[in-house]
Amino acid sequence: MKRKKQSGERGVFPLPLSLKTRNWNFSRLQGRLAPYAFLSPALIVITLFFFIPLVMVFILSFTNLDMTNFGILEWWRPANWSLDNYVKIFTNRFFPKILGNTLIYVALTLAFFNVGMALIIALITTHISRGAGFAFRALWLLPRITPVVVYIMMWKALAGPAPMGIINNYLLGPLGIGRGEYLLNTSPWVFVILVNGFIGASFGMILFSSAIEAIPKEYSTASKVDGATTWQTIRYIVLPMIKWPLLFVTTYQTLSLLTSFEQIMLLTDGGPGLYQTEVWALTAYHRALTSYFGNTQWGYGSAWAVVLVVIGVIMAIIYLRVFKFGELVEEPKIDRL
Amino acid sequence: MRLPQKPRAALAYLVLIVPSALIVLGFLWLFITSFSTRTEGLRSLGWTLRNWSFLWESPFGPQYPSIWWVTLNTLVMSLVMTLIVVVVSSMTAYALSRMKFTGRKSFLSLTLILHAFPSVTLLIPIYFVLIWVSKIPVIGRGVPLLGGLGYNTIGGVALVMVAFQLPFGIWVMKGFFDNISWDMERSALIDGASRFRVWWQIMMPNIKPGIAALSIFSFITAWNAYLIPLTFTAGRAGKSAVLSLYLQNFISESVMTEWNAVAAVGLFQLIPVVIFFLFTQQVLLNIYGGGKKGGV
Repeated sequence: MKRKKQSGERGVFPLPLSLKTRNWNFSRLQGRLAPYAFLSPALIVITLFFFIPLVMVFILSFTNLDMTNFGILEWWRPANWSLDNYVKIFTNRFFPKILGNTLIYVALTLAFFNVGMALIIALITTHISRGAGFAFRALWLLPRITPVVVYIMMWKALAGPAPMGIINNYLLGPLGIGRGEYLLNTSPWVFVILVNGFIGASFGMILFSSAIEAIPKEYSTASKVDGATTWQTIRYIVLPMIKWPLLFVTTYQTLSLLTSFEQIMLLTDGGPGLYQTEVWALTAYHRALTSYFGNTQWGYGSAWAVVLVVIGVIMAIIYLRVFKFGELVEEPKIDRL
Repeated sequence: MRLPQKPRAALAYLVLIVPSALIVLGFLWLFITSFSTRTEGLRSLGWTLRNWSFLWESPFGPQYPSIWWVTLNTLVMSLVMTLIVVVVSSMTAYALSRMKFTGRKSFLSLTLILHAFPSVTLLIPIYFVLIWVSKIPVIGRGVPLLGGLGYNTIGGVALVMVAFQLPFGIWVMKGFFDNISWDMERSALIDGASRFRVWWQIMMPNIKPGIAALSIFSFITAWNAYLIPLTFTAGRAGKSAVLSLYLQNFISESVMTEWNAVAAVGLFQLIPVVIFFLFTQQVLLNIYGGGKKGGV
C-alpha cells in the first residue's frame, strides 16, 4: 500500500524501474530547470532585441537595402550580398575625419570629465562637510536626469550669442574674450565635450565617492601622523585603494562614449561645418535612419554600425585582458542542499 | 580630513565650483525664461504667464494632441517599462546570483557586453522586428491604452526601452542579491518551498532598496527618452508622441524658435523628474552600491 505523502515531502516522478534505479526524481529535474525558468523572460527579450537584430544588421551590412528597394530586394539571399558597403566606407573622403573625431571625442571627454572630473568631485566632496558634499553630488547628478532635449536647450542658451547667451554675457564679455558670437559655431568641440562630460562625470563620481568613503580612516590618520601632505595621501593611499572602480569606470565609460551620439545629434548634428563634429555612431544613424541624403540607406548604415561594434568589442576585450577583469567574477553561493 | 594648503585648496575648489556654477546657471535660465517675454542672459525683460498657455490650449492647432495626452503617453510608457524591467531583472539576477547552471559565467559577461552595446547598431533592425510584431493579431495592435506592442505604439517603445535597460538592471539587482545572506533561503528551501516562492516571498521583500533604486532610475530614463521614441514612432506630435518629441517639435530649424515657450514646455517635463529626484536622492545614490571591489 502506498504511504501517504507527508506535507512538504517532494514527490517522486513515476518512471519505469530501470530508470528509477538511477535515482532520477522530479525534484532534481525541477531544480535543474529552475534557473532557466527564471532566465526565460530576459532570454526572450535579449533574443528578440539583441541577437536577432545583431544577426540582421550583420547581414544587412552586406546588402544595399534602402528605401528605394525595400520589399523588392531579397536581402536574405546570399546572391545579393557583397562587400560594396565596406569598400565605400573605407574609401569615403570623410572616413579619416570621422574616425579622428570619434577618437578625439572619446579620449578628451574620458580624460577631462568622465574620469578626471569625476575623481576631482569625489575627492573633494568626501573631504568637505557631509551636507555640502551631498549637495554637490546631487547637483552633478542633475545633467544625467534632465530630459536630453531640455538639457541641450539649456546648453544652447548658455552658448548663445551676446546679449542673450549666458557665457558670452557674464563670462567672456567682461573678460573681453571673443566677439559675442554663437559659441556653437566658433568652438563646437568645446561644447560637445562639455555637454557629454557633465553627464558622464556623475557615473564615476558616485562610484568613486562610495569607494573613497569605504577606505578605513586609520590609513589617513597614520599617514598624517607620518607627516604626509594631502597630495601625498591622495597619491599613495587613496588612489591605489580605488584601483578597481577606477579601471571599471574607465572601461565602461570608454565604451559608453564610443556609442553615444544623442547629445551630439541634438547639439550640433555633426555640424556646424561639413562633418566637423560628426562621430562614427552619428554617421551610422544619419545614413540609416534619416533621409538627409535623400534616401534612408539601411544597408550602408548597417555597415557603419557593424564596424563600430567591432571596434567596441575589440576595445572591450583589450580592457578585459589588460585590467584582468576575469578575477572579478565570483562563484555563486551554495545553490543546492 | 581637511585640505590644509591654502593655494592648492583654492585651486581645487575653483575646479569644482566653476563647472557647478555652469549647471546652476543653466537651470536658472530655464526657470527665468519660461516666465518672461524675452530674456537677455539672465535678465528678464518682462514677466508673463503667456508661455504656459500650452497647458490649456494646443499651440499647433486643433489637429495636434494637447500636452496632457502626450503626458499620459509618457507616463504609461514609463510605468510599463519600469514594471517590466524590475520584474525581469530581479528574476534573472536571482538566478545569476544564487543558482549554478551551465553558461552562468558567459551570461554575466554577456550582460556587461550588452550594456556597452552601441544602440545605433540595433536601432535599424529593431525597426524591422517591431514591424513584424505589429502583424501579430492581438498584442501587435490592439492593446488598449498602450496601443499595442508594435511599431508606432507606446507599448513598442516601452518594450525597446526595456531591452536597452535590462543589462543594467540585471547588473544592479545582482549586486543587491549578492549581499543577502544565504540562511533565510536555506531554511525556506529545507521547509520545501519552491524556488519561485523563495524568490517572491523571501528575497524580494529584502531587496526593497534595490527595487526602489532601479525603479526610480528606470522611470526617469523612460520619462526623458528621446532617441528611441523618435526612431520608433511616426511623427513628432502624433498620437504616440512622448514629451521629448513634443518638445523637440517646438525647436524647429526653419522657423525662429520661440525660446520662451520652449523653455516652459521643457520645465514642464523637467519638474516631475526633479521633484521625484529630490525625494529619492538618498535611494538613487545607492544604486551602484552593491559591490565591494566594484565587481560582480
